[in-house]
Amino acid sequence: MTFASILEWLIKGFVWVMILLGGFAYLTYYERRALARIQVRIGPNRAGPLGLLQPIADAIKLIFKEELMPARADKLLFFLAPIITLTPALVITAVVPFGPEGLNFPLFGRVITWQIADINVGILYIMSIASIAVYGIVLAGWSSNNKYAMLGGLRSTAQMISYELALGLSFVSVIVLADSTRMIDIVEAQKSMWFMVLQPVGMVIFLIATLAEVNRSPFDMPEAEQELAAGYHSEYGGMKFALLFMAEYDKMIAICIIAATIFFGGYREFWFLQNTWFSVDQTPILGPVYVFIKVFILLFGMIWVRATLPRIRYDRLMAFGWKILLPLSLALVFLTATGILLAQEVNPLFMWGIPVVSLAAGFIAILGMYQTLRRKEHARA
Amino acid sequence: MPVLEPIIELGRGLFTTLRSMFEKPVTVQYPEERKPVKPRFRGRHVLKRYENGLEKCIGCALCAAACPADAIFVESSENSDEKRFSPGERYASTYEINMLRCIYCGFCEDACPTEAIVLGDQYELSFTDRKQAIYPKDMLLEAVAASQLLTPQKTEPGKFTRSVPEMKDPQD
Ligand code: SF4
Ligand code: SF4
Repeated sequence: MTFASILEWLIKGFVWVMILLGGFAYLTYYERRALARIQVRIGPNRAGPLGLLQPIADAIKLIFKEELMPARADKLLFFLAPIITLTPALVITAVVPFGPEGLNFPLFGRVITWQIADINVGILYIMSIASIAVYGIVLAGWSSNNKYAMLGGLRSTAQMISYELALGLSFVSVIVLADSTRMIDIVEAQKSMWFMVLQPVGMVIFLIATLAEVNRSPFDMPEAEQELAAGYHSEYGGMKFALLFMAEYDKMIAICIIAATIFFGGYREFWFLQNTWFSVDQTPILGPVYVFIKVFILLFGMIWVRATLPRIRYDRLMAFGWKILLPLSLALVFLTATGILLAQEVNPLFMWGIPVVSLAAGFIAILGMYQTLRRKEHARA
Repeated sequence: MPVLEPIIELGRGLFTTLRSMFEKPVTVQYPEERKPVKPRFRGRHVLKRYENGLEKCIGCALCAAACPADAIFVESSENSDEKRFSPGERYASTYEINMLRCIYCGFCEDACPTEAIVLGDQYELSFTDRKQAIYPKDMLLEAVAASQLLTPQKTEPGKFTRSVPEMKDPQD
């Protein structure tokens, strides 16, 4: 490790963190505008042209707000919790590639890649960092010395642990399909066919589990206003609250980037642009643009779901995670592996068996869901 | 297939919200764009005048008596033909409404024997100080078109002896 490579990391890391922080600010704006349009309103449009300065106004407001320290809070943890929450959200995307491996600009005799760290266990890194994120939340809830905050933190832990299993297993399907845990290999494996097509049910599971992971509605139990005031951040104000808020939105961005990378072809072009000038093989600079477009669309999906679905009941949330998603994703891993084995040993056409059989498995899961929900209704009547 | 119904319902919900994105927003861009108020809207009070410029208010303080919030303060003085503010014997020399106390119930309107006080359509009341919330008579009194209509007026004797005019039933 030379001085130049450390410098490169520092610069790339700094730039990326700045992008994420700016992205957080404008994600709140995007969400407010999109949500407003769905609710037949206009949304923030006063501060600056089209309300584009609204996030800055919000930031200034938050900076100047009073910071509170609850009387019997655990001072150190109360102070550290927002930082512990934010850090994983910022570092999780360090392994995600934003452009093809081939695109390097030679600078000072060095080759600079479109990625902060190219490690060969990239996807494992993502999984491990994703599970660290829960510490910040549970510590924030616990150190506030507030029952609601505590309950919010605990709910969040339980929920994250439950959905992490399904999330991890849908990662496994991708690893099996790509035959690698390195992010660039995963993206390059989707050159001809996005994994979204090969493993549609896995993609749906991934998207559902990520909603639960980042505590977005309809899985926003940790901050269910009606039950828990504001949940784990009830006692936070000012900049500390801003950090927690930032963590939440940066997690959304990060998870959408990851989803785009592992299921929607990452920096690869859209399928109809293959072998044209717009392909990243010919114009590598378009890689980040494609990632941005995909993330933009995925984020809209999250906002759209939030605008549509009410929060689900806690026991249903748990039952859904453990009884439906976990077995289904386990089955998918098995099906994917079998399909690949058959495709390699017998006939490549067996590859197409994977989506078909997965959809059948998904149907069975829906059947199971239907049955359990119905049985509960009878039991209560 | 009944099994797929929850999924179909989910899709229908998502479609409904997506479709509502393309509807025209119902937002009224308030300071630039104002909706007209309804005819019976009860906004800030106005003290009315007759066509000849005399004030309708005769300082009887019935409005103050009717006010459930005790928001009105009236003090009356004698009219004379040299300095006539209102028809009849007396006029309100002080008339104040505390807009922070007022609940805009409109009882003062009902109580007034001369229809002098009316709740208008002005609703933009904001103060930076409690004292500013007390609207004195000159703020409440209706503006006049010409300066000769201002009160007090000099009137010929014996003309304005009746303080309460003949009135029709209210229209709206
Ligand atoms: S509107 Fe009601 S509360 Fe207000 S001054 Fe008249 S009587 Fe009093
Ligand atoms: S406003 Fe009407 S009720 Fe009140 S003092 Fe004047 S005349 Fe009397």
